[in-house]
Amino acid sequence: MQPNQFHSLVYEFAFYFFGLTAIASAIAFVTRKSPVAAAMWLVNVMFCLAGLYVMLDAQFIATMQVLVYTGAIMVVFLFVIMLLNLGHPSDLADARGKWGYIMALFVGLALLAEVMVLNRSNAIERLIPPDLAAKAAAAAAAPLAGGIIGPVAAPLFKEYLLAFELTSVLLLAAIVGAVVLGKRRTNAR
Amino acid sequence: MIFDLAHPSQLMQAFGPDLLLMAGAMVLMLWAAWRPESNEHQRAVGMASLVLIAATMALCFWYSMRGLSSTQGIIAVDNFRWAVDIICLLGAAGAIALGMEYNAREHILPAESHVLVLFATSGMMVLAAARDLMIVFLGIELMSVAIYVLAGLNRRSAKSAEGSLKYFLLGAFATGFLLYGIALVYGATGSTSLVEISRRTAGQALLLNPMMLVGTGLLVIGFGFKIAAAPFHMWAPDVYEGAPTPITAFMATAVKAAAFATFLRVWVEAMPGMGAAWLGPIWWLAVAAMFIGNVVALSQRNLKRLLAYSSIAHSGYLLVAVAEGTTRGATAFLFYLVAYTLASFGAFAVVIMVGREGDANNDLVDYEGLWHVRPALALAMGVFMLSLMGFPVFGGVGFFGKWYLLTAAINAPRPLIVLAVVLVMTSVVSAGYYLNVIRLMFMKARPDGAPVPERAGGLTRSVVFIAAAAVLILGIVPGRLINWSRDSVPRTQQMEAAAANAVH
Repeated sequence: MQPNQFHSLVYEFAFYFFGLTAIASAIAFVTRKSPVAAAMWLVNVMFCLAGLYVMLDAQFIATMQVLVYTGAIMVVFLFVIMLLNLGHPSDLADARGKWGYIMALFVGLALLAEVMVLNRSNAIERLIPPDLAAKAAAAAAAPLAGGIIGPVAAPLFKEYLLAFELTSVLLLAAIVGAVVLGKRRTNAR
Repeated sequence: MIFDLAHPSQLMQAFGPDLLLMAGAMVLMLWAAWRPESNEHQRAVGMASLVLIAATMALCFWYSMRGLSSTQGIIAVDNFRWAVDIICLLGAAGAIALGMEYNAREHILPAESHVLVLFATSGMMVLAAARDLMIVFLGIELMSVAIYVLAGLNRRSAKSAEGSLKYFLLGAFATGFLLYGIALVYGATGSTSLVEISRRTAGQALLLNPMMLVGTGLLVIGFGFKIAAAPFHMWAPDVYEGAPTPITAFMATAVKAAAFATFLRVWVEAMPGMGAAWLGPIWWLAVAAMFIGNVVALSQRNLKRLLAYSSIAHSGYLLVAVAEGTTRGATAFLFYLVAYTLASFGAFAVVIMVGREGDANNDLVDYEGLWHVRPALALAMGVFMLSLMGFPVFGGVGFFGKWYLLTAAINAPRPLIVLAVVLVMTSVVSAGYYLNVIRLMFMKARPDGAPVPERAGGLTRSVVFIAAAAVLILGIVPGRLINWSRDSVPRTQQMEAAAANAVH
C-alpha cells in the first residue's frame, strides 16, 4: 500500500468517525429528556466538530471551538440548568399535542427542502455582486501569510483594533452590571 | 489638523474624549467597589462622575473648536460627533445629578449605578463617532447593556424588575435584527465601512439587490426599536414607568439622541443611494410613531407613562427629519434634539420632585392644584409641557424646534408635505394631554389631604431651574443654537468633495 493511499484512508476514516458521531450525538441531544444529559451530548457534538475543523486545516477555529463552546458556553449552560432547577421535562417540551408535532415536522421538512434547493441552485451566489465574489475567490486562493492564525491575528490587532478594545469595555460593563444586579444587599432596609 | 486613522497613535488621539470617559469610568468603578455601600459613598462617586463628565465635555468643546478632521476610517472626526457627544453628556450629567438625590430617597445604594451611567454614555459617544457598522453595533450594545441594568436598579420594585427584563429580552431580540441587517449589508457590499458602503450603493447600484434590500429593512427595524418608534415601541411605556425616574429621563433623552444620531449618520453617509428603498419605511414609521404616541398618551393616567408615549411621538417628529436625509433636515434634527432633551429632562425632574418615596405620587391626580402649594414647580412644569407641545413664546425653544422641522420638511428636494401635515395635526392632538397637565396644576383646587411635595435637594432643583431657564432663553435667542446645529451636520461623500473643491 502506498503511503499516500494509506493517508487518504485514515483521513476518510477520521471524517466518517467524527461526522457520524456528531450526527448521532446531535440526535441524542434533541431526544434526551434530562437537560443535563442533553447538554453533555451537545458537548460531544462540539468536540466532533472541532475534529472536523482540524481536518480542514483550521486548527485555530478548532481550538476556539473547544475553548469557547465546549469550555465556556456549555459550562454556563450547565450552571443555568442546575441553578434554575427546571421542572419535569415533559412540561418543558416545545411541541405539544398532535398539531405541535405535525407543525414541527412540516417546518423541519421545509427547512430541509430549502437547504437542498439552495445547495443545488446558485441562488445565493447570484445575490453577491460579481466583483466581490471574484475578490473573495482570489483571497481564498492566495497563500496564507503568517501561518494559520496570521490572517486572524493581523486584522484583529491592526484594522479592527478599536473594535477589539471596545469589545473588552462592553464585556466589562456587562460584568459590572451583573454584579450590581446580583449582589446581596448588606444594609437593605 | 487631520488625523490619519491608520496610525494607532493618531487613532487614539482622534478617540480622545471617549477614552477619557472610559478610563475615568474604570477608575471610578474601582473606587465605587472599594467601600461598602452607603449613601455618602454613592454621593461621593456621583460627584466625581459629574466632574469626569464636565472634563469630557470640555475636551469635546476643545476638539470641536480646533476644526479637526480625519482620513476616512472607522470613526468620524466631525462636528456632528461633538454635537451629539455634548447632548449625551448633558443627559448623563442630568441623570447623575438627579440620581444622587433620587437614589438616596429610594434607598438605591450601589455607587456603581453612576458608573453604569458613565459606561452607557461612553457607548453613546462611540455611537456618535462610529463610521463602521461594526463600531455602531458595539456602541449600541455598550449603551444598551448598561441601560438594561440601570432600568432594573430598584430591586424593591417589581415594576422595575419587570421593565428591566422586558427591555433586556426585547432589546436582545432587536439586536438580532440589527446584526442580521449588518451581516446582509456586508454580504451585498463587501464592507462594514460607511464610506465603502456609500461608494458601492452610489447611483442606486444595489437598489434592486434583494440581499441589500432585506439588510436595509432589518437595519430599520433594529434602529426603530432603539429609538422607540411605533410599531417597535411596545417596551417603552413599561420600561419608562418601571425604571428609576432619573434613568427614565436618561433613556428618553440621551439614549434616544445617540441612537437617532447613528441612525441619521448611517442613512445620510452610507446609504444615499438606497434612499428610494428606505424612505418608504421611515415615512410610515414616522406617521405611526406620531399617531400612536400622541393618541395613546391622551388616555394615560400616570405621568411617567404619559411622558413615555410623548417620547414615542417625539421619535416620530425626529424621524421626519431623518426621512428628509438632507443637510437642512439634519440641522433641524440637531436643533430639535436639544430642545427635546432640555424639556424632557426638566419634566422628569419635576416628576421626581412631586413623587414620593417608593416611586409613588406619579399619577396625574397628584398634580391637581400644584400651583397653590408649589407655584415655582408648577410654572416650570408648565414651561416644559408647552415646550414639548411646541407652543410659541412660553414654550420657548420647543416652538422653534417644530418650526424648523416643518420648514425643512416642506423645503426638502422631495417635499414631505403629507408628513408635515401629520406632524401639525398630531401636535394639535398632543395639546390634549400637555394642556391637561397644565389645567390640572393651575385650575384645580388642591384636594384635601393631598401631601405637599417635599422640598427636594439642591441638585434636583438646579436641574429643573437650568432646564427651564435654558428652554426660555434659547426660545428668545435661538440664533446661536441654530448656527451650531448648522455647523454640526454629518456630511456625505459628495458634500465633502464639494467642500474640498470650494476650498481649492
